Amino acid sequence: MQEAGRRIQEEIIISGFGGQGALFAGQLLAYAAMDQGLHVTWIPSYGPEMRGGKARCTVVISDEEIGSPLVRRPSAAIVLNIPSMEAFEPAVKPGGILVVNSSLVPQKSERDDIHVIYVPASDIASDLGNVRLANVVCLGALIQALGVIPLEAIERALDDHLPERHRKLLGLNKEALRKGAEYGEH
Amino acid sequence: MAKELWEGNAAIAEAAIRAGVEAFFGYPITPQTEVLEHFSKRLPELGRVFLQAESEVASINMVYGAACAGARVMTSSSSPGISLMQEGLSYIACSEVPVVVINIMRGGPGLGNVQPSQGDYFQAVKMAGHGDFHPIVLAPANVQEAIDYVVLAFDLAEKYRTIAMVVADGAIGQMMEPAEMPPMRPVRPPEERPDWALTGAQGREPNIITSLYLGAENLERVNLRLQAKLKEIAANEVRWKEYSTEDADLLLVAFGTVGRVCQTVVREARKAGMKVGLLRPVTLWPFPSGRIAELAEQVRGVLTVEMNAGQMVEDVRLAVEGRCPVRFYGRMGGVIPLPDEILPELEKLDKEC
Repeated sequence: MQEAGRRIQEEIIISGFGGQGALFAGQLLAYAAMDQGLHVTWIPSYGPEMRGGKARCTVVISDEEIGSPLVRRPSAAIVLNIPSMEAFEPAVKPGGILVVNSSLVPQKSERDDIHVIYVPASDIASDLGNVRLANVVCLGALIQALGVIPLEAIERALDDHLPERHRKLLGLNKEALRKGAEYGEH
Repeated sequence: MAKELWEGNAAIAEAAIRAGVEAFFGYPITPQTEVLEHFSKRLPELGRVFLQAESEVASINMVYGAACAGARVMTSSSSPGISLMQEGLSYIACSEVPVVVINIMRGGPGLGNVQPSQGDYFQAVKMAGHGDFHPIVLAPANVQEAIDYVVLAFDLAEKYRTIAMVVADGAIGQMMEPAEMPPMRPVRPPEERPDWALTGAQGREPNIITSLYLGAENLERVNLRLQAKLKEIAANEVRWKEYSTEDADLLLVAFGTVGRVCQTVVREARKAGMKVGLLRPVTLWPFPSGRIAELAEQVRGVLTVEMNAGQMVEDVRLAVEGRCPVRFYGRMGGVIPLPDEILPELEKLDKEC
Protein backbone atom coordinates (compact mmCIF):
# COMPACT_ATOMS: atom_id res chain seq x y z
CA MET A 1 0.00 0.00 0.00
CA GLN A 2 3.05 2.15 0.45
CA GLU A 3 4.51 4.17 -2.40
CA ALA A 4 8.21 3.46 -2.68
CA GLY A 5 10.34 6.06 -0.99
CA ARG A 6 7.51 7.71 0.89
CA ARG A 7 8.39 8.31 4.52
CA ILE A 8 6.06 6.82 7.07
CA GLN A 9 5.39 8.97 10.12
CA GLU A 10 1.92 8.97 11.64
CA GLU A 11 0.87 10.18 15.05
CA ILE A 12 -2.59 9.02 16.01
CA ILE A 13 -4.60 9.99 19.07
CA ILE A 14 -7.58 7.83 20.04
CA SER A 15 -9.77 9.36 22.71
CA GLY A 16 -13.03 8.62 24.46
CA PHE A 17 -14.65 7.69 27.76
CA GLY A 18 -13.09 4.89 29.82
CA GLY A 19 -14.80 1.68 28.66
CA GLN A 20 -15.16 2.75 25.01
CA GLY A 21 -12.03 0.85 24.05
CA ALA A 22 -9.83 3.76 22.99
CA LEU A 23 -6.77 2.14 24.55
CA PHE A 24 -7.46 -1.27 23.01
CA ALA A 25 -8.03 0.21 19.54
CA GLY A 26 -4.63 1.86 19.88
CA GLN A 27 -3.05 -1.43 20.90
CA LEU A 28 -4.52 -3.17 17.85
CA LEU A 29 -2.94 -0.47 15.73
CA ALA A 30 0.38 -0.90 17.53
CA TYR A 31 0.39 -4.70 17.10
CA ALA A 32 -0.46 -4.35 13.42
CA ALA A 33 2.29 -1.75 12.88
CA MET A 34 4.81 -3.97 14.65
CA ASP A 35 3.79 -6.94 12.49
CA GLN A 36 4.40 -4.75 9.42
CA GLY A 37 7.98 -4.28 10.61
CA LEU A 38 7.44 -0.63 11.52
CA HIS A 39 8.59 1.24 14.60
CA VAL A 40 5.68 1.97 16.90
CA THR A 41 4.97 3.46 20.31
CA TRP A 42 1.70 3.25 22.23
CA ILE A 43 1.34 5.50 25.22
CA PRO A 44 -1.80 5.97 27.31
CA SER A 45 -2.84 8.94 29.32
CA TYR A 46 -2.78 7.55 32.82
CA GLY A 47 -3.58 8.72 36.29
CA PRO A 48 -6.32 8.51 38.88
CA GLU A 49 -9.10 7.77 36.39
CA MET A 50 -12.29 5.77 36.80
CA ARG A 51 -14.64 3.98 34.45
CA GLY A 52 -16.37 6.70 32.48
CA GLY A 53 -13.46 9.10 32.94
CA LYS A 54 -11.34 10.14 30.03
CA ALA A 55 -9.23 7.53 28.28
CA ARG A 56 -6.76 8.39 25.59
CA CYS A 57 -3.72 6.96 23.87
CA THR A 58 -1.19 8.18 21.36
CA VAL A 59 0.22 5.79 18.78
CA VAL A 60 3.24 6.84 16.73
CA ILE A 61 4.09 4.74 13.68
CA SER A 62 7.28 5.36 11.76
CA ASP A 63 9.80 3.74 9.44
CA GLU A 64 12.60 5.18 11.57
CA GLU A 65 13.41 5.08 15.29
CA ILE A 66 10.74 7.04 17.15
CA GLY A 67 11.81 10.04 19.17
CA SER A 68 8.92 11.68 20.94
CA PRO A 69 6.08 9.26 21.72
CA LEU A 70 3.79 12.24 22.34
CA VAL A 71 2.61 14.99 20.01
CA ARG A 72 0.60 18.16 20.35
CA ARG A 73 -0.56 18.05 16.71
CA PRO A 74 -1.41 14.48 15.63
CA SER A 75 -1.64 13.53 11.96
CA ALA A 76 -4.85 11.66 12.78
CA ALA A 77 -7.37 11.33 15.58
CA ILE A 78 -10.34 9.18 16.48
CA VAL A 79 -12.80 10.97 18.75
CA LEU A 80 -15.34 8.70 20.37
CA ASN A 81 -17.20 11.31 22.44
CA ILE A 82 -17.92 15.05 22.69
CA PRO A 83 -15.06 16.04 25.07
CA SER A 84 -12.58 14.29 22.76
CA MET A 85 -14.02 16.13 19.75
CA GLU A 86 -13.56 19.43 21.57
CA ALA A 87 -10.00 18.55 22.56
CA PHE A 88 -8.63 17.07 19.33
CA GLU A 89 -10.63 18.47 16.40
CA PRO A 90 -8.56 21.69 16.59
CA ALA A 91 -5.31 19.75 17.17
CA VAL A 92 -5.14 17.58 14.03
CA LYS A 93 -2.40 18.75 11.67
CA PRO A 94 -3.48 20.35 8.39
CA GLY A 95 -3.91 17.56 5.86
CA GLY A 96 -4.63 15.11 8.65
CA ILE A 97 -7.58 12.80 9.31
CA LEU A 98 -10.29 13.09 11.94
CA VAL A 99 -12.63 10.16 12.54
CA VAL A 100 -15.72 11.23 14.46
CA ASN A 101 -18.10 8.84 16.20
CA SER A 102 -21.13 10.75 14.93
CA SER A 103 -23.52 8.59 16.99
CA LEU A 104 -22.33 10.39 20.11
CA VAL A 105 -20.83 13.57 18.66
CA PRO A 106 -23.55 15.70 17.03
CA GLN A 107 -21.36 18.66 16.05
CA LYS A 108 -19.57 19.05 12.72
CA SER A 109 -15.98 20.15 12.28
CA GLU A 110 -15.55 23.65 10.94
CA ARG A 111 -12.13 22.91 9.53
CA ASP A 112 -11.60 22.67 5.78
CA ASP A 113 -7.91 21.75 5.98
CA ILE A 114 -8.40 18.21 7.31
CA HIS A 115 -10.22 15.11 6.10
CA VAL A 116 -13.14 14.54 8.45
CA ILE A 117 -14.88 11.17 8.44
CA TYR A 118 -18.19 10.94 10.27
CA VAL A 119 -19.00 7.38 11.26
CA PRO A 120 -22.15 6.51 13.20
CA ALA A 121 -19.95 4.00 14.98
CA SER A 122 -22.02 3.36 18.10
CA ASP A 123 -25.12 2.79 15.96
CA ILE A 124 -23.26 0.44 13.63
CA ALA A 125 -21.87 -1.38 16.65
CA SER A 126 -25.35 -1.67 18.23
CA ASP A 127 -26.73 -3.04 14.97
CA LEU A 128 -23.97 -5.63 15.02
CA GLY A 129 -25.10 -6.56 18.51
CA ASN A 130 -22.56 -4.87 20.80
CA VAL A 131 -22.22 -1.12 21.24
CA ARG A 132 -18.70 -1.61 22.59
CA LEU A 133 -17.45 -2.39 19.07
CA ALA A 134 -17.63 1.33 18.19
CA ASN A 135 -13.87 1.64 18.74
CA VAL A 136 -13.14 -1.02 16.13
CA VAL A 137 -15.62 0.53 13.65
CA CYS A 138 -13.76 3.84 13.95
CA LEU A 139 -10.41 2.10 13.68
CA GLY A 140 -11.56 0.49 10.42
CA ALA A 141 -12.43 3.91 8.99
CA LEU A 142 -9.08 5.34 10.04
CA ILE A 143 -7.01 2.44 8.70
CA GLN A 144 -8.76 2.63 5.33
CA ALA A 145 -8.27 6.40 5.07
CA LEU A 146 -4.69 6.31 6.33
CA GLY A 147 -3.43 3.71 3.86
CA VAL A 148 -0.31 2.91 5.85
CA ILE A 149 -1.35 -0.41 7.38
CA PRO A 150 -3.50 -3.00 5.59
CA LEU A 151 -6.84 -3.89 7.16
CA GLU A 152 -5.71 -7.54 7.22
CA ALA A 153 -2.92 -6.62 9.66
CA ILE A 154 -5.53 -5.34 12.11
CA GLU A 155 -7.52 -8.55 11.61
CA ARG A 156 -4.40 -10.55 12.46
CA ALA A 157 -3.88 -8.38 15.54
CA LEU A 158 -7.46 -9.24 16.56
CA ASP A 159 -6.77 -12.95 15.97
CA ASP A 160 -3.67 -12.80 18.12
CA HIS A 161 -4.51 -10.30 20.83
CA LEU A 162 -8.24 -10.10 21.48
CA PRO A 163 -8.46 -10.93 25.21
CA GLU A 164 -9.64 -14.44 26.01
CA ARG A 165 -12.86 -13.19 27.60
CA HIS A 166 -13.86 -11.45 24.33
CA ARG A 167 -12.85 -14.33 22.07
CA LYS A 168 -16.44 -15.07 21.12
CA LEU A 169 -16.65 -11.57 19.63
CA LEU A 170 -13.76 -12.13 17.19
CA GLY A 171 -16.03 -12.46 14.14
CA LEU A 172 -18.07 -9.41 15.16
CA ASN A 173 -14.88 -7.39 15.67
CA LYS A 174 -13.78 -8.17 12.13
CA GLU A 175 -17.20 -7.29 10.80
CA ALA A 176 -17.10 -4.00 12.72
CA LEU A 177 -13.67 -3.28 11.27
CA ARG A 178 -14.90 -3.85 7.70
CA LYS A 179 -18.09 -1.80 8.22
CA GLY A 180 -15.93 1.06 9.48
CA ALA A 181 -13.52 0.72 6.58
CA GLU A 182 -16.36 1.48 4.14
CA TYR A 183 -16.54 4.96 5.64
CA GLY A 184 -12.82 5.47 5.21
CA GLU A 185 -12.83 4.97 1.45
CA HIS A 186 -12.11 8.15 -0.44
CA MET B 1 13.79 -14.15 19.64
CA ALA B 2 11.18 -12.05 17.85
CA LYS B 3 10.06 -8.67 19.04
CA GLU B 4 6.91 -8.50 21.09
CA LEU B 5 4.89 -5.51 22.20
CA TRP B 6 5.91 -4.90 25.81
CA GLU B 7 4.64 -2.41 28.35
CA GLY B 8 7.63 -0.76 30.08
CA ASN B 9 6.80 -1.78 33.64
CA ALA B 10 6.03 -5.40 32.76
CA ALA B 11 9.16 -5.49 30.59
CA ILE B 12 11.32 -4.34 33.51
CA ALA B 13 9.98 -7.14 35.70
CA GLU B 14 10.33 -9.79 32.99
CA ALA B 15 13.88 -8.63 32.19
CA ALA B 16 14.82 -9.05 35.85
CA ILE B 17 13.33 -12.56 35.78
CA ARG B 18 15.39 -13.37 32.69
CA ALA B 19 18.47 -11.98 34.48
CA GLY B 20 17.93 -14.53 37.24
CA VAL B 21 16.42 -12.44 40.02
CA GLU B 22 15.66 -14.76 42.93
CA ALA B 23 13.58 -12.46 45.10
CA PHE B 24 11.60 -9.25 44.84
CA PHE B 25 10.48 -7.24 47.85
CA GLY B 26 8.40 -4.12 47.34
CA TYR B 27 5.34 -2.07 47.98
CA PRO B 28 2.93 -0.84 45.28
CA ILE B 29 2.96 2.76 44.12
CA THR B 30 1.79 4.37 40.87
CA PRO B 31 3.19 4.63 38.20
CA GLN B 32 5.15 1.39 38.68
CA THR B 33 2.63 -0.97 40.29
CA GLU B 34 2.60 -3.08 37.11
CA VAL B 35 6.18 -4.08 37.97
CA LEU B 36 4.85 -5.75 41.13
CA GLU B 37 1.83 -7.08 39.26
CA HIS B 38 4.03 -8.89 36.75
CA PHE B 39 6.36 -10.23 39.44
CA SER B 40 3.47 -11.36 41.64
CA LYS B 41 2.22 -13.54 38.81
CA ARG B 42 5.52 -14.81 37.45
CA LEU B 43 7.84 -15.30 40.42
CA PRO B 44 5.65 -17.80 42.33
CA GLU B 45 5.14 -19.72 39.05
CA LEU B 46 8.90 -20.06 38.81
CA GLY B 47 9.33 -21.02 42.47
CA ARG B 48 11.03 -17.73 43.29
CA VAL B 49 10.13 -15.15 45.93
CA PHE B 50 7.65 -12.31 45.53
CA LEU B 51 6.88 -10.50 48.74
CA GLN B 52 4.72 -7.43 49.14
CA ALA B 53 6.05 -5.88 52.33
CA GLU B 54 4.17 -3.60 54.70
CA SER B 55 6.14 -0.54 53.56
CA GLU B 56 9.08 0.66 51.49
CA VAL B 57 11.20 0.78 54.65
CA ALA B 58 10.53 -2.91 55.24
CA SER B 59 11.06 -3.72 51.54
CA ILE B 60 14.53 -2.24 51.32
CA ASN B 61 15.62 -3.93 54.54
CA MET B 62 14.37 -7.29 53.25
CA VAL B 63 16.35 -6.61 50.08
CA TYR B 64 19.39 -5.80 52.23
CA GLY B 65 19.05 -9.04 54.16
CA ALA B 66 18.57 -11.22 51.09
CA ALA B 67 21.52 -9.53 49.37
CA CYS B 68 23.72 -10.26 52.41
CA ALA B 69 22.72 -13.90 52.07
CA GLY B 70 24.01 -13.80 48.49
CA ALA B 71 20.69 -13.82 46.66
CA ARG B 72 20.15 -11.91 43.42
CA VAL B 73 17.57 -9.45 44.65
CA MET B 74 15.83 -6.21 43.81
CA THR B 75 13.10 -3.74 44.63
CA SER B 76 11.13 -1.19 42.68
CA SER B 77 9.28 1.95 43.65
CA SER B 78 8.50 5.51 42.68
CA SER B 79 9.81 8.77 44.08
CA PRO B 80 8.19 9.03 47.57
CA GLY B 81 8.83 5.33 48.08
CA ILE B 82 12.50 5.71 47.17
CA SER B 83 12.76 8.53 49.73
CA LEU B 84 11.57 6.08 52.36
CA MET B 85 14.25 3.61 51.28
CA GLN B 86 17.18 5.98 51.58
CA GLU B 87 18.37 4.89 55.01
CA GLY B 88 18.47 1.30 53.83
CA LEU B 89 20.23 2.27 50.61
CA SER B 90 23.00 3.92 52.58
CA TYR B 91 23.42 0.83 54.77
CA ILE B 92 23.55 -1.34 51.64
CA ALA B 93 26.16 0.93 50.04
CA CYS B 94 28.39 0.76 53.11
CA SER B 95 27.89 -2.99 53.42
CA GLU B 96 28.90 -3.45 49.77
CA VAL B 97 26.22 -5.91 48.77
CA PRO B 98 24.79 -5.95 45.23
CA VAL B 99 21.24 -4.67 44.91
CA VAL B 100 19.14 -3.47 41.98
CA VAL B 101 16.62 -0.67 42.56
CA ILE B 102 14.10 0.66 40.06
CA ASN B 103 12.73 4.20 40.40
CA ILE B 104 9.85 5.04 38.06
CA MET B 105 9.94 8.71 38.95
CA ARG B 106 6.77 10.77 39.42
CA GLY B 107 6.01 14.45 39.83
CA GLY B 108 7.14 15.96 43.11
CA PRO B 109 8.07 17.22 45.59
CA GLY B 110 5.85 15.67 48.22
CA LEU B 111 3.17 13.19 47.32
CA GLY B 112 3.10 15.20 44.09
CA ASN B 113 1.32 13.32 41.32
CA VAL B 114 1.86 10.22 39.22
CA GLN B 115 2.89 11.92 35.97
CA PRO B 116 6.33 11.50 34.35
CA SER B 117 9.17 13.43 36.00
CA GLN B 118 12.94 13.53 36.36
CA GLY B 119 12.81 15.37 39.66
CA ASP B 120 14.84 12.68 41.42
CA TYR B 121 18.06 13.17 39.43
CA PHE B 122 19.83 14.73 42.40
CA GLN B 123 18.50 12.06 44.73
CA ALA B 124 19.69 9.20 42.53
CA VAL B 125 23.00 10.68 41.43
CA LYS B 126 24.15 12.85 44.33
CA MET B 127 22.46 11.67 47.48
CA ALA B 128 20.80 8.27 47.35
CA GLY B 129 21.28 8.19 51.12
CA HIS B 130 23.40 9.74 53.84
CA GLY B 131 27.17 9.55 53.62
CA ASP B 132 29.60 9.35 50.72
CA PHE B 133 28.47 6.99 47.99
CA HIS B 134 26.95 6.89 44.54
CA PRO B 135 24.86 4.10 43.09
CA ILE B 136 25.42 3.31 39.43
CA VAL B 137 22.44 5.05 37.79
CA LEU B 138 21.10 3.88 34.42
CA ALA B 139 18.50 5.87 32.48
CA PRO B 140 16.62 4.05 29.69
CA ALA B 141 14.76 6.09 27.06
CA ASN B 142 12.66 3.29 25.59
CA VAL B 143 11.31 -0.14 26.48
CA GLN B 144 14.18 -2.05 24.86
CA GLU B 145 16.69 -0.05 26.87
CA ALA B 146 14.64 -0.61 30.02
CA ILE B 147 15.02 -4.35 29.45
CA ASP B 148 18.70 -4.16 28.56
CA TYR B 149 19.63 -1.88 31.46
CA VAL B 150 17.83 -3.99 34.05
CA VAL B 151 19.98 -6.92 32.96
CA LEU B 152 23.06 -4.70 32.92
CA ALA B 153 22.18 -3.38 36.38
CA PHE B 154 22.42 -6.89 37.85
CA ASP B 155 25.77 -7.48 36.16
CA LEU B 156 27.22 -4.17 37.33
CA ALA B 157 25.80 -4.47 40.85
CA GLU B 158 27.44 -7.88 41.23
CA LYS B 159 30.69 -6.95 39.52
CA TYR B 160 31.26 -4.03 41.89
CA ARG B 161 29.17 -5.13 44.89
CA THR B 162 27.20 -1.94 44.70
CA ILE B 163 23.71 -0.54 44.20
CA ALA B 164 22.62 -0.20 40.59
CA MET B 165 19.57 1.97 40.06
CA VAL B 166 17.48 2.11 36.93
CA VAL B 167 15.60 5.40 36.76
CA ALA B 168 12.76 6.00 34.34
CA ASP B 169 9.35 7.63 34.55
CA GLY B 170 5.71 6.80 34.03
CA ALA B 171 5.94 7.49 30.31
CA ILE B 172 8.44 4.65 29.87
CA GLY B 173 6.69 2.53 32.50
CA GLN B 174 3.26 2.83 30.92
CA MET B 175 4.12 2.88 27.23
CA MET B 176 4.21 -0.13 24.91
CA GLU B 177 6.89 -0.70 22.29
CA PRO B 178 8.20 -3.65 20.32
CA ALA B 179 11.10 -5.10 22.24
CA GLU B 180 13.07 -8.30 22.53
CA MET B 181 13.62 -10.15 25.79
CA PRO B 182 16.97 -11.77 26.53
CA PRO B 183 17.01 -15.56 27.01
CA MET B 184 16.28 -16.89 30.50
CA ARG B 185 19.41 -17.19 32.63
CA PRO B 186 19.38 -20.00 35.12
CA VAL B 187 18.97 -18.94 38.73
CA ARG B 188 22.27 -19.21 40.56
CA PRO B 189 22.22 -22.38 42.70
CA PRO B 190 22.80 -21.91 46.45
CA GLU B 191 26.24 -23.58 46.29
CA GLU B 192 27.39 -20.85 43.92
CA ARG B 193 26.69 -17.96 46.27
CA PRO B 194 29.54 -15.42 46.38
CA ASP B 195 32.25 -16.23 48.93
CA TRP B 196 31.52 -13.06 50.96
CA ALA B 197 27.85 -14.02 51.44
CA LEU B 198 26.34 -15.02 54.76
CA THR B 199 25.50 -18.61 54.04
CA GLY B 200 26.13 -20.19 57.44
CA ALA B 201 29.78 -20.54 58.42
CA GLN B 202 29.98 -24.33 58.25
CA GLY B 203 33.59 -25.36 57.75
CA ARG B 204 34.86 -21.82 57.31
CA GLU B 205 35.51 -18.59 59.18
CA PRO B 206 32.37 -16.45 59.61
CA ASN B 207 31.85 -13.65 57.10
CA ILE B 208 30.95 -10.25 58.53
CA ILE B 209 28.80 -7.78 56.65
CA THR B 210 28.15 -4.53 58.47
CA SER B 211 27.73 -0.82 57.99
CA LEU B 212 28.80 0.00 61.55
CA TYR B 213 32.46 0.85 61.99
CA LEU B 214 33.28 2.42 65.33
CA GLY B 215 36.46 4.48 65.36
CA ALA B 216 37.28 7.25 62.91
CA GLU B 217 40.29 5.64 61.25
CA ASN B 218 38.40 2.41 60.86
CA LEU B 219 35.54 4.06 59.03
CA GLU B 220 37.88 6.22 57.01
CA ARG B 221 39.56 3.06 55.71
CA VAL B 222 36.15 1.76 54.61
CA ASN B 223 35.42 5.09 52.94
CA LEU B 224 38.74 5.04 51.11
CA ARG B 225 37.94 1.58 49.81
CA LEU B 226 34.48 2.74 48.67
CA GLN B 227 35.97 5.79 46.97
CA ALA B 228 38.56 3.65 45.17
CA LYS B 229 35.74 1.45 43.90
CA LEU B 230 33.72 4.47 42.73
CA LYS B 231 36.79 5.70 40.88
CA GLU B 232 37.11 2.35 39.14
CA ILE B 233 33.41 2.44 38.18
CA ALA B 234 33.78 6.00 36.88
CA ALA B 235 36.74 4.90 34.76
CA ASN B 236 35.03 1.81 33.30
CA GLU B 237 31.30 2.20 33.17
CA VAL B 238 30.39 5.56 31.61
CA ARG B 239 27.78 5.06 28.91
CA TRP B 240 25.95 7.45 26.60
CA LYS B 241 24.39 7.67 23.13
CA GLU B 242 24.96 10.30 20.48
CA TYR B 243 22.78 11.43 17.61
CA SER B 244 24.06 13.58 14.72
CA THR B 245 26.97 14.98 16.73
CA GLU B 246 29.63 14.48 13.99
CA ASP B 247 29.19 17.92 12.44
CA ALA B 248 27.07 19.55 15.17
CA ASP B 249 27.73 23.11 16.26
CA LEU B 250 24.92 23.09 18.81
CA LEU B 251 24.46 20.31 21.36
CA LEU B 252 21.41 19.05 23.19
CA VAL B 253 21.96 17.06 26.38
CA ALA B 254 18.94 15.19 27.74
CA PHE B 255 18.22 11.79 29.26
CA GLY B 256 15.33 9.34 29.51
CA THR B 257 11.94 10.31 28.11
CA VAL B 258 12.91 13.86 27.21
CA GLY B 259 16.14 12.45 25.78
CA ARG B 260 14.11 10.64 23.13
CA VAL B 261 11.89 13.69 22.63
CA CYS B 262 15.14 15.51 21.78
CA GLN B 263 15.84 12.94 19.03
CA THR B 264 12.77 14.39 17.30
CA VAL B 265 14.06 17.90 18.03
CA VAL B 266 17.36 17.06 16.31
CA ARG B 267 15.52 15.88 13.18
CA GLU B 268 13.33 18.95 13.06
CA ALA B 269 16.16 21.37 13.79
CA ARG B 270 18.26 19.78 11.03
CA LYS B 271 15.34 20.23 8.61
CA ALA B 272 15.35 23.91 9.60
CA GLY B 273 19.06 24.11 8.77
CA MET B 274 20.52 24.05 12.29
CA LYS B 275 23.46 21.73 12.87
CA VAL B 276 22.21 20.18 16.10
CA GLY B 277 23.43 17.03 17.81
CA LEU B 278 22.23 15.19 20.90
CA LEU B 279 24.14 13.50 23.68
CA ARG B 280 21.89 11.27 25.76
CA PRO B 281 23.56 10.08 28.98
CA VAL B 282 22.80 6.41 29.67
CA THR B 283 24.66 6.35 32.97
CA LEU B 284 23.72 9.39 35.02
CA TRP B 285 26.35 8.25 37.48
CA PRO B 286 29.07 7.92 36.36
CA PHE B 287 28.29 10.93 34.17
CA PRO B 288 29.71 11.22 30.62
CA SER B 289 31.65 14.36 31.57
CA GLY B 290 34.67 13.56 29.42
CA ARG B 291 32.70 13.26 26.21
CA ILE B 292 30.65 16.37 26.97
CA ALA B 293 33.90 18.28 27.57
CA GLU B 294 35.16 17.13 24.15
CA LEU B 295 31.95 18.15 22.41
CA ALA B 296 32.04 21.52 24.22
CA GLU B 297 35.22 22.24 22.24
CA GLN B 298 33.36 21.52 19.01
CA VAL B 299 30.00 23.30 19.52
CA ARG B 300 28.99 26.93 20.01
CA GLY B 301 26.53 26.21 22.79
CA VAL B 302 24.76 23.52 24.82
CA LEU B 303 21.06 23.24 25.69
CA THR B 304 20.18 20.84 28.51
CA VAL B 305 16.54 19.77 28.64
CA GLU B 306 15.06 18.06 31.67
CA MET B 307 11.74 17.23 33.31
CA ASN B 308 12.73 19.13 36.45
CA ALA B 309 13.93 22.59 37.51
CA GLY B 310 17.49 22.02 36.30
CA GLN B 311 19.45 19.24 37.98
CA MET B 312 21.61 17.41 35.43
CA VAL B 313 22.48 20.81 33.95
CA GLU B 314 24.79 21.30 36.95
CA ASP B 315 26.80 18.26 35.89
CA VAL B 316 26.77 19.46 32.29
CA ARG B 317 28.18 22.83 33.42
CA LEU B 318 30.86 21.07 35.50
CA ALA B 319 31.83 19.08 32.41
CA VAL B 320 31.77 22.04 30.02
CA GLU B 321 33.82 24.20 32.41
CA GLY B 322 32.98 27.42 30.63
CA ARG B 323 34.14 26.25 27.20
CA CYS B 324 30.81 27.40 25.74
CA PRO B 325 27.47 28.72 27.01
CA VAL B 326 25.19 26.16 28.67
CA ARG B 327 21.46 26.91 28.72
CA PHE B 328 18.61 25.04 30.36
CA TYR B 329 15.00 24.33 29.50
CA GLY B 330 12.77 22.27 31.75
CA ARG B 331 9.19 21.47 32.70
CA MET B 332 8.12 20.32 36.14
CA GLY B 333 5.23 18.65 37.90
CA GLY B 334 4.84 15.83 35.40
CA VAL B 335 4.84 17.87 32.18
CA ILE B 336 6.85 16.41 29.30
CA PRO B 337 8.51 19.09 27.15
CA LEU B 338 7.58 18.59 23.48
CA PRO B 339 9.62 19.44 20.38
CA ASP B 340 7.61 22.59 19.55
CA GLU B 341 8.71 24.23 22.82
CA ILE B 342 12.31 22.99 22.75
CA LEU B 343 12.98 24.20 19.19
CA PRO B 344 12.53 27.90 20.04
CA GLU B 345 15.00 27.45 22.91
CA LEU B 346 17.50 26.06 20.40
CA GLU B 347 16.85 28.99 18.08
CA LYS B 348 17.54 31.38 20.96
CA LEU B 349 20.81 29.58 21.69
CA ASP B 350 21.67 29.65 17.98
CA LYS B 351 21.29 33.46 17.91
CA GLU B 352 23.11 34.01 21.22
CA CYS B 353 26.32 32.14 20.51
